[in-house]
Amino acid sequence: MNAVRFGRYALNGAAGLSLGFILLPLIFVTWLAFFRQEIPSFPPEGYSLQWFTAAANNKPFIDGFVLSLEVAVVSTLIGLALGVPASLALVRHRIPLGPGVSTLLLLPLVMPGIVLGTATYVFQIEVEIATQIPVMGSLGGLIAAHTLVVIPWVVRLVTASLAGFDRSIEEAAQNLGAGPFTTFWRVTLPSIRPGLVAAALFGFVTSFGNLEMSLFLVGPGRTTLPIAILQYLEWKIDPTVAAASLIQIVLIGAAMIVTDRYVKLSRVV
Amino acid sequence: MARLSISHLKKTYGDLSVVDDVDIAVEDGEFLVLLGPSGCGKTTTLRMIAGFVPPSGGRITIGESDVTHLPPWKRHCGLVFQSYALFPHMTVAQNVAFGLEMHKVPAAERGPRVAEAMRLVQLGGFDERYPRQLSGGQQQRVALARALAMQPQVLLLDEPLSNLDAKLRLEVRVEIRELQRNLGLTTIMVTHDQEEALTMADRLVVMEKGKVRQIGTQRELYEKPADRFVAGFIGRSAFLDGQVTAPGRFRTAGGREIACADAKTAGPGTLALRPERIAVGGEAQGLPNRFETQVVHASYLGAQLDVQVALDEQERMLLQIPNRPGLTEPRPGDTMTIGWAADAGLVYPLGA
Repeated sequence: MNAVRFGRYALNGAAGLSLGFILLPLIFVTWLAFFRQEIPSFPPEGYSLQWFTAAANNKPFIDGFVLSLEVAVVSTLIGLALGVPASLALVRHRIPLGPGVSTLLLLPLVMPGIVLGTATYVFQIEVEIATQIPVMGSLGGLIAAHTLVVIPWVVRLVTASLAGFDRSIEEAAQNLGAGPFTTFWRVTLPSIRPGLVAAALFGFVTSFGNLEMSLFLVGPGRTTLPIAILQYLEWKIDPTVAAASLIQIVLIGAAMIVTDRYVKLSRVV
Repeated sequence: MARLSISHLKKTYGDLSVVDDVDIAVEDGEFLVLLGPSGCGKTTTLRMIAGFVPPSGGRITIGESDVTHLPPWKRHCGLVFQSYALFPHMTVAQNVAFGLEMHKVPAAERGPRVAEAMRLVQLGGFDERYPRQLSGGQQQRVALARALAMQPQVLLLDEPLSNLDAKLRLEVRVEIRELQRNLGLTTIMVTHDQEEALTMADRLVVMEKGKVRQIGTQRELYEKPADRFVAGFIGRSAFLDGQVTAPGRFRTAGGREIACADAKTAGPGTLALRPERIAVGGEAQGLPNRFETQVVHASYLGAQLDVQVALDEQERMLLQIPNRPGLTEPRPGDTMTIGWAADAGLVYPLGA
């Protein structure tokens, strides 16, 4: 009996410790964003909201935010358009080298960002040399690269949704007079909606927060928010960065809570 | 509603023949049941009719039109799936209206037709529910209503009752049959449940290993089984192996001589006897085939007793003795006289 109780305490303790470890930086960033003094030091001299104003008036941050948003939205949409058919093919058809293709599509998720960035950088230069089309540092090049990190999320979450999918409802639709396209649009897609929504959310967040790969690919005057923050940190360490980070955390958290109301994320991830 | 005819239908996967030269004609308004053990090809046949499995050969005709190569969405046959296959993201009303929408029925007409279909399956007030909020029996009704709403030419039922509990199954059987008869629906049902098949069908098709063994009414299948498989599959039979020695004479492997009107051509074969045709004790008096047997096992089943007797060391036979007041239950080891008439048994030559 005592051993069981001890085990439970130990387990709860370990879980609490891990949670604390994850939350600690968030708590400090949040706290720091409200410090009054410019050089972070403890204890704080007082509290203020000035750094939020500073972040909101920082042109590189605003431009970066807009660019990151654009890139994340477009690459998420392209990632879905490519990842959903790929998942369908992988789950539904015996394609040659199926497991290999599946691993390949998930690879960008486990590949170190620096490696991915270097590889994409070299590739884009080669493409530019070969075709004379300005790919390097272009918006298109950045979006293409970000699509690469969105695809694994789509493939992973959509194949999971499709694996538990009862094919007979598609047959029922066809039996009732629906052609293949109508069946896909009216029956298949709505049935895997939780997976799609989760894929879109995680793909978006991954793209929005991507730093390592983007570092190689941004061009002059075209900087994403994480890079803008990094560049700011090279010169200053005032809490503006903490305020900008907190705004991001709040936005992403809100997106997750809203999404969770419609599809239970814990069920698909 | 329409006639449906299947001729020389085949399905092979590589060397494996799943459906082999099947010929079936379903009359307008008839309820036909495909019956057979699992893997006999009955479901594949149904799926070929619905268009989900492309046939390897043969023709399927609904009414006047050859549908063999039409895609499923152009066949106008309503299929009720074993799993019901309701659309989980649509309400009951949306599910039932789906087929109407696909067939371009004007929106104003859909409402009344959905209501009519729901009335037919006796399920009112559930229009705005989602399938997951319904019981299995209710889901089954929605699946039926969905298939009926688009007024199909043929209704196909794939083991529609197998996911219902035993009591509900008995009720739904009668309801489906009544509905089918009132609407005059040409219907094909697939089942492995013999009792279900016997209670619902106008005619039955017994299939085994991809082939049609016999097509007929319940009485035809029970009283004149075409082969040994059907004799064993529909109802119960006692089988005695042996050979026909002369017209009207059958000798069992154990050497017993039996008078049998059905014994015609000499050669090895099997004699099949229905348990209720075998008389016991005093009733066996005067019958041409009369034997002393040993009781092996007796089970009391209420309305009847099932008794296993040994004709000799190898041959066992099953008897059914109707229960009545004062009946003494036979016990293992008892001696029992049994007998049957010359017209009671059917002989199946070996290999048939």
